[in-house]
Amino acid sequence: MDASVIEVKYALDTFYFLVMGAFVMLMAAGFAMLEAGLVRSKNTAEILTKNIVLYAVACTMYLVCGYSLMYPAEASGLLWPGLPSILGGTDHGVEGVLASSGETYYSGLSDFFFQAVFVAAAMSVVSGAVAERMKLWAFLAFAVVMTGFIYPIEGYWKWGGGYLDSKGFLDFAGSGVVHMTGAVAALFGVLLLGARKGKYGADGRINPLPGANLPLATLGTFLLWFGWFGFNGGSELKLSDVGEANAVALVFVNTNAAAAGGCISALIIARLLFGKADLTMVLNGALAGLVAITAEPLTPTPLIATMIGAVGGLIVVISIITLDRLKIDDPVGAISVHGSAGIWGLLAVCFTNDDATLGAQLLGIGMIFGWVAITSGIVWYVLKVTVGIRVSEEEEAEGVDIGECGLEAYPEFVRT
Amino acid sequence: MKLITAIIKPFKLDDAREALSEIGIQGLTVTEVKGFGRQKGHTELYRGAEYVVDFLPKSKLEIAINDEQVDAVIDAIKASTSSGKIGDGKIFVTTLVEVVRIRTGESGAAAL
Repeated sequence: MDASVIEVKYALDTFYFLVMGAFVMLMAAGFAMLEAGLVRSKNTAEILTKNIVLYAVACTMYLVCGYSLMYPAEASGLLWPGLPSILGGTDHGVEGVLASSGETYYSGLSDFFFQAVFVAAAMSVVSGAVAERMKLWAFLAFAVVMTGFIYPIEGYWKWGGGYLDSKGFLDFAGSGVVHMTGAVAALFGVLLLGARKGKYGADGRINPLPGANLPLATLGTFLLWFGWFGFNGGSELKLSDVGEANAVALVFVNTNAAAAGGCISALIIARLLFGKADLTMVLNGALAGLVAITAEPLTPTPLIATMIGAVGGLIVVISIITLDRLKIDDPVGAISVHGSAGIWGLLAVCFTNDDATLGAQLLGIGMIFGWVAITSGIVWYVLKVTVGIRVSEEEEAEGVDIGECGLEAYPEFVRT
Repeated sequence: MKLITAIIKPFKLDDAREALSEIGIQGLTVTEVKGFGRQKGHTELYRGAEYVVDFLPKSKLEIAINDEQVDAVIDAIKASTSSGKIGDGKIFVTTLVEVVRIRTGESGAAAL
């Protein structure tokens, strides 16, 4: 290849990583708005604080140690990647790139940037499930461990060339590595935290605690849908030739199709089960469709992708209702959207990708689930018995905005 | 002096205000309230969990007037806010012991 072509492709593929990374970064805004819309007004400022700070913590911990744990120099097929190191500022030089004949095709720092926004997304899943009753600082302490250690290790197992990768486990953009991981950490947080006061009644009654701002929740969902083009599209990892460009285009189309399928199926199921169009279920449905296709957005046809998303929409509605029946209180449906639909997504890979085996997918699901369950369970438990993870009853009643942040999200709105 | 308190359906507020303006009422206070009478509420589902919408939104008007205006005000409110359907609301008449205009310090009928 001509030297200038190599350089332009390097620049294009680097640019691609950076722009797709920026798309995924916008998902942080999506999570923030979605969660802010589905909690009560007295708890809104606190969840916004959690969302923006966890993003900052994730980026920092990943820079300090997480990235180097997840992507050691050699793919080794192991369980343990080696020792971490802090991200440096150097990158590939022109001579090295040209000498590699284009094998080295993107900036190392652009890869860090692209990967960093993924760990932030995984951590963000947790914030919604534990909303309205968790101590802010305990949550942030958990975020430090999750983004600096728990996520990088299981991420290494697949994307860093570790054990799961060597066993043939497939996860294109992270239904397991990102979404199921976040959901499992959320689940164990919720199990140790308990339900919100007044959520479950004595005789098996489930009391709704409606969200304060559905326009924000909807905006958040659209932002997440938009950002997901970067999440899945960017995970093709390359753009600069006809084959890759076509692949990226198909990934975008399938991602979009799955979201649409999940949205519609959730709408229909909600209508059948509840008699009316529950917007919050529709929003969760679109997201579940996106989570489901994330494991394999390249090999399905667009129609199959739509159906994969539609099944995700069905699963998420049933999962939300089931968790409530089990008294597992998840204010935004995060465990269902990212966990239940994530597991479905990982299994659905077998339908469209000939390289996938049910055994490898189950191995991946089991190992990631087990690792995150044990490590997050330990961290939540240690936090619970040392500093405590739940706010006091009075603070929960007054709203964590006052208790944890000292301010109100909607100070001029009279409470009814 | 009398205080008229009227609980009406919120979308009738503009009609009530116009009708009162036409009979010469120059001041009133509006609050957004919730309540129920015999109208009762209904049951809805939020993410599959049932909740009873017991309290329905209403608007509360408070108007301070002379005794002579009471009948005219009641008629005006009734005519402008009545739909014939359940939930139209109620009008309460209570006696005002004292009224004071803060700016000037006037009291009694002059302050109305």
